[in-house]
Amino acid sequence: MNVPAATVVTEIEIPISERGPSPRKVIIGYGFWLFLLSDIIVFSALFAAYAVLSGRTAGGPGGAQLFHRQTVLAETVCLLLSSFSCAMMSLAIELRRRGWMVAGALATFLLGAAFPVLELGEFGAMIARGAGPDRSAFLSAFFALVGMHGLHVSIGLAWLVSMVAQVFTLGWRPMVMGRLACFSLFWHALDIVWIGVFTIVYLGAR
Amino acid sequence: MFGKLTWDAIPLHEPIPLLAAAVVVLVLAGLLMLATVKGWWPALWGDWITSVDHKRIGVMYVLLALVMLVRGFIDALMMRSQLALAAGDARGYLPPQHYDQVFSAHGTIMIFFVGMTFMVGLMNFAVPLQIGARDVAFPVLNSVSFWLTAAGVLLVNVSLVVGEFARTGWLAYPPLSELAYSPGVGVDYYLWSLQISGVGTLLSGINLTTTILKMRTPGMGYGRMPIFTWTALASNLLIIAAFPILTATLGMLLLDRYLGFHFFTNEAGGNAMMYVNLIWAWGHPEVYILILPAFGIFSEVIATFSGKPLFGYRSMATATMAICMLSFMVWLHHFFTMGAGADVNGFFGVMTSIIAVPTGVKVFNWLFTMYGGTLRFETPMLWAIGFLVTFVVGGATGVMLAIPPADFQLHNSLFLVAHFHNVIIGGVVFGAFAGYTFWFPKAFGFRLHDGLGKAVFWCWLVGFWLAFAPLYALGLAGATRRMQHYPETQWQPLMIVAFVGALVVLAGIVLTAVQLVVSVRARERLRDASGDPWDGRTLEWATPSPPPPWNFPQLPQVHGLDAFWDAKRCNGGALVPAPGEGGRPLEMPKPSALGVVVAFFAFVGGFALVWHIWWLALIGLGGVIAAGLTRAWQTEHEFEVTLAEIEGARG
Repeated sequence: MNVPAATVVTEIEIPISERGPSPRKVIIGYGFWLFLLSDIIVFSALFAAYAVLSGRTAGGPGGAQLFHRQTVLAETVCLLLSSFSCAMMSLAIELRRRGWMVAGALATFLLGAAFPVLELGEFGAMIARGAGPDRSAFLSAFFALVGMHGLHVSIGLAWLVSMVAQVFTLGWRPMVMGRLACFSLFWHALDIVWIGVFTIVYLGAR
Repeated sequence: MFGKLTWDAIPLHEPIPLLAAAVVVLVLAGLLMLATVKGWWPALWGDWITSVDHKRIGVMYVLLALVMLVRGFIDALMMRSQLALAAGDARGYLPPQHYDQVFSAHGTIMIFFVGMTFMVGLMNFAVPLQIGARDVAFPVLNSVSFWLTAAGVLLVNVSLVVGEFARTGWLAYPPLSELAYSPGVGVDYYLWSLQISGVGTLLSGINLTTTILKMRTPGMGYGRMPIFTWTALASNLLIIAAFPILTATLGMLLLDRYLGFHFFTNEAGGNAMMYVNLIWAWGHPEVYILILPAFGIFSEVIATFSGKPLFGYRSMATATMAICMLSFMVWLHHFFTMGAGADVNGFFGVMTSIIAVPTGVKVFNWLFTMYGGTLRFETPMLWAIGFLVTFVVGGATGVMLAIPPADFQLHNSLFLVAHFHNVIIGGVVFGAFAGYTFWFPKAFGFRLHDGLGKAVFWCWLVGFWLAFAPLYALGLAGATRRMQHYPETQWQPLMIVAFVGALVVLAGIVLTAVQLVVSVRARERLRDASGDPWDGRTLEWATPSPPPPWNFPQLPQVHGLDAFWDAKRCNGGALVPAPGEGGRPLEMPKPSALGVVVAFFAFVGGFALVWHIWWLALIGLGGVIAAGLTRAWQTEHEFEVTLAEIEGARG
């Protein structure tokens, strides 16, 4: 594209903050980033509660007796791999390849769905042996924090299904593209939260 | 089938709430009948309920706040009259369990549904106009935010008729608010109404922050934003950072109450003080979420009615952002008596006193703006001066409370009650009324009646001091807050003075309603044809009153602070369009029923959860999801405004 030299110079001279409204795509992405930050603050409140209550087992079992590192490792691997396939899906979307996009979405969904399934199994086993959230403050904080993350993953899975349906029914229109970009941000943010959970809850278990 | 809901939930044996409820239901039914008879529904639905125009949403927020002000104030009158009576052997007319609901409802309503709602409404109305934008970043989301707030309001008001409200104070401290000590539905009403409206507030904060940071007109750098926009930015950043903490904290209490968790219980290792810490980690920033926009309004009003640019614009913006940061570092001063130890208390005491520094900077900036100016004592300016005098006293008593040893004496006394009413009425309410009077002509094209506006101001100023100066004295004498009755008859004279003060404020509230009716009737005489009734300085006054839905046919190019003032001095009041603006039709967002539908189902779900009606809760949740999915598959979100229509609106 041929841009007259004079235009280029003024573009540089005007500070970014004075260049007027941003494009729609930037505005949507920015708003969603702010939402993610607020969501991470919800998690940080739950992390704080967990930190305060983690030693308060009230005579019940502690984390070291309850957690199975193998299950948690499997969960972690599934989630991180699903983030990789999600990134692959984003590449396919950039290239407007519907087939590859579906493949990426399918991989993300299966890996992502394995996560809550494993987690529900873990929760179920704990509740079955009498270590449910009503047993102690430590377990309350554990179930709330880890469960909140699992709830987010489940919501993300439902969102992914609806996005695939939107691509098929509505095509690659800007509205759908914007939502796909937001989904991708959301999915990666859940990974970041999980790394916090993995480190503080599972590796830090006493 | 209906969970805990039975006929016993209707308080047939308690005449006062029943009477109040009957009045509310009759007024509502009357309004609905009137709208039906007059055939207003199509216009109400199309132009207001489904509107996504930030100006109309702002107006609806303010209207909701004014209605809730009446509700919250009736609670205040009941408390003051009870205490004027219940000295010595007299027991007054409110039984303790009812009095406890009254003060809990008063605090909850005044903070969440009057203060927040009023300020969010004014920000919604004025901020896009001030930054030269056509709407907020996410107009439909804005409508969702408003209606979720309205759903929370409705839930609180339903608790008046069906069941009861919390008896736990406005922050519902555990263990009192736990199931073991509050087995009724009052706390559940409190929690669900705040969760629903809190989501609305958070979305609104994200929306306005994005609008301010990403949608300013060309040329409007950060150093040229009107100061109200600066304070709105600070306030909305605080909403994004603080409201999630409230959501998480109330969520934990809900888990305790509904699923037997032990976050804050006395048993199984729960820690009630953690709730108090978490709730104030939201609660103190919340105070600044309310007061910062009020500071912005006073800055605009004082500059406008002094005919001078604001003194110390940069220091004002800096002080605003400094308060924004510091507000997160003082939460513990709400419970020095917790016993955190001298070091911790000392730290938070010092941090609290430090906040007085940027606030002092602001007060001096306002004084120096007035100094040497050509002052016009219009109604908004009276509110601003009344604020300066009143708020400084509230700030000084705040610094007294910030000293931990003094706080051990003053904690939970009427001195504290007087202090926070001093800053919230003297700051937030005065600011809300200043903004309401200031921007009313912009919203409707005519001014509010001037004489009545001044009468409202004097009623509030005199009434406030009469009502709360005695409480300072009573607090120092040892009177505690939240008491329904006291044995010391020597307190009664001051309690009666405080009640008289509340009656004077009541006169101010009645006159506000009278002023609205009189102004609407005399609107032709009060008409503002210029769009600039106060000789304003910022971009909103460059638009016609009321502005067209798209605000600016062409986005203006801004070259400095006080863009409209410059245009009036250099260009006959005409804004210079930004390069490339104009000559094209505009794309504007279509009205959407999403907000009202989502809020309806959120309300249904909230009510069902309060009463443990699980199937109905699922319907509420399903309705919200279905409404969202329906919206996701709609493709025509915008309509075109032709050049002819734009020219037509310009007249």
